[in-house]
Amino acid sequence: MNKKFVKYYEKGIKYLLALVAGTSILILFLIFIFLFKEGIGIFAKVGILNFIFGMEWLPASEPPIFGAMPMIVGSLVVTVGAGIIAIPFGIGIAMFLAEVAPRNLREILKAIIELLAGIPSVVYGFIGLIVLSPIIKDLFNLSSGLNAFTASLVLGIMALPTVVSISEDALNAVPDSYREASLALGATKWETTIRIILPSARSGLLAASMLGLGRAIGETMAVLMVAGNATIIPHSVFDPVRTITADIAAEMGETVQGGTHYQALFGLGVILFSMTFVINLITDLVFAKTSNIQRGAQL
Amino acid sequence: MINKMEAKHLDFYYKDTQALFNINLPVEKNAVTALIGPSGCGKSTFLRTLNRMNDVIEKTKVVGEVLMDNKNIYDPDVDPVELRKKVGMVFQQPNPFPISIFDNIAYGPRIHGIKNKQKLQELVESSLKSAALWDEVKDRLHDSALGLSGGQQQRLVIARVLAVEPEMILMDEPASALDPISTSKLEELVRELKNNYTIVIVTHNMQQAARISDYTSFFLNGKLIEYDQTNIIFTAPREKQTEDYITGRFG
Ligand SMILES: Nc1ncnc2c1ncn2[C@@H]1O[C@H](COP(=O)(O)OP(=O)(O)O)[C@@H](O)[C@H]1O
Ligand SMILES: [Mg+2]
Repeated sequence: MNKKFVKYYEKGIKYLLALVAGTSILILFLIFIFLFKEGIGIFAKVGILNFIFGMEWLPASEPPIFGAMPMIVGSLVVTVGAGIIAIPFGIGIAMFLAEVAPRNLREILKAIIELLAGIPSVVYGFIGLIVLSPIIKDLFNLSSGLNAFTASLVLGIMALPTVVSISEDALNAVPDSYREASLALGATKWETTIRIILPSARSGLLAASMLGLGRAIGETMAVLMVAGNATIIPHSVFDPVRTITADIAAEMGETVQGGTHYQALFGLGVILFSMTFVINLITDLVFAKTSNIQRGAQL
Repeated sequence: MINKMEAKHLDFYYKDTQALFNINLPVEKNAVTALIGPSGCGKSTFLRTLNRMNDVIEKTKVVGEVLMDNKNIYDPDVDPVELRKKVGMVFQQPNPFPISIFDNIAYGPRIHGIKNKQKLQELVESSLKSAALWDEVKDRLHDSALGLSGGQQQRLVIARVLAVEPEMILMDEPASALDPISTSKLEELVRELKNNYTIVIVTHNMQQAARISDYTSFFLNGKLIEYDQTNIIFTAPREKQTEDYITGRFG
C-alpha cells in the first residue's frame, strides 16, 4: 500500500469509529428523550417529588394514586440482595478459575458458566417459582415463598455469569510477573492472590460487580415471577416486593397510550434509567480514579 | 571452598521435553557464580530449579538432587514456600508491585509475620541502603514503585528480596533491560552483596560475567559444558565449545 492510501485509510477508519460511537451516544440520548417525553406528563400532574416519594401505587383507584417509592425500594432491595450473592460468589469463582483450577477443569467450569448466561430469564423465573420458592417457604416457615429473598437469590444466580467472566478477565489481566515475584518471596499462592492479585485487579473487579448489579436491576421476567409483586414497602427480606421493571411489564398492557397510567409507567422508566445511570457514573468515577493512579505512576 | 548449594545429576523436563541433562554444579558460599550460554540453553530453567520456581509450572519433572547446606531441597519434607524465603530471586524484567516503594519492600516481611511498624521501617531502610537505592527514594517511600526508572526498579526488587533476609540470591539476566549506567550500578551492587550472600547470576553478557563473577559455568543445549573459576574460563577454557562461545564464534 502506498503512503497516501494508508493515511486516508487510517483517517477513514477513525471517522467510521467516531460515527459508530457517536451513533450509540445519540441513540442513548434519544431513548432518554423519548422516555422523558412520555413520562413528563405524570411529573407535571402529581409533582415530581410526590411521584418519587409517594408511598402508594393505586393506578386503578378513583382517583388513581401514583407513588413510586414501593417499587424503587423493591428494585433496590432485590438488587442489593442479588449483589450480596453474586459479587462474593462471582469473584470467588473467578479467583478459583484464574488462580487455582487446572486447565481442563477451568475449561469445563467456564463452559458451564457460559451456559448459565445463555438460559432465558423466563426459565430462571420458572425454576424460582416451582423449585426454589417452596423450599424457601418451608425453610423459613413463611406463608409464601414469593418474596424479596427468593427474587434476590434468583437474580443473584442470573448475575453470576456476568460477575464471574468479567472478574476472571480482570484477574487474568494481572501480569504473571506479579505472581512470580510474590511466590519467589516465599508467599503462598493464597497470600499472593489475596494481597497482590485482588488489589491489582480491583478496578476490573469493581466493574464486574457494577455490571452484575446492572444486570440485576434491569431484569424483568424472572423477578416478576418470583418477587410476589406487592406494591408495599417491605419490612423484611421475606416480604413480597414489586420492582420497577416488573411493574412496567405487568401494567403496560392495561394502559391507554398517552393516558395518566401510561405516563406514570414511563415516569418509572425515567427513574430506572436514572438509577442505572447513577450506578454507571459512580463506577466510571471510581474506575477513572484508580486507573489514573496507575497510569500516572507509570509515566 | 564451602558449597552453599550443589546440583547433582540433575535432569529437568517440561512435559515430555527434557530441558536439563545431568547437571553437576557446585555453588560456592559468598561468591558469585555466573551462568552463561546462548539463549534457550537452559540457564533460566536451571536457575529456577534452585528455588523450586519451576514447581509453579504445570507438568514439570525434576530428577536428581539439589543440595542446599547438604540437604536435598527436593526432599518431600522441604516446603518450597519456606525454601523461597531462603533463596530469593530477581527476574529479567523488573517486577515491582503496583504499590508504594515502602509497601513493596515491606511485603515479604509482612507475609512472614512481621507487624511491628518500627521493625518494618528499619527493614525497609536497611534493605534500600544495601541495594544502593535509599538516597534516591528516601523522600518518596510512599509513592508508587512504578514511577521509578528501570534501573531503580531493579534495585528496588533486589531490596525487596533482601528484606526477606535470604541466604542466597538468584538473578536471571537482571541487567538485560537496563541502560549502561544502571547496569554498572547493578554490577557494583552484586559485587557488594556477595560479602553477605551467595549469588547465582544468569547473563548473556560475557564481559559482565567476567567482571562480576568468581565462577562461571557454560551451558549449551541443556548440558553443563564447563565450570571453573571465571578467569580460567575466560583465559584458558578446557572445552572447544566454551572457547568458541566466549570468543564469539557462535552464540
Ligand atoms: N514454561 C516452559 N514450558 C516449556 N518449555 C520451556 C518453558 N520454559 C522454557 N522452556 C524451554 O526450555 C529450554 C530452555 O529454556 P530457558 O531455560 O528459558 O533458556 P535460557 O534461559 O538459557 O534462554 C528452551 O528450549 C525453552 O523453549
Ligand atoms: Mg533465560
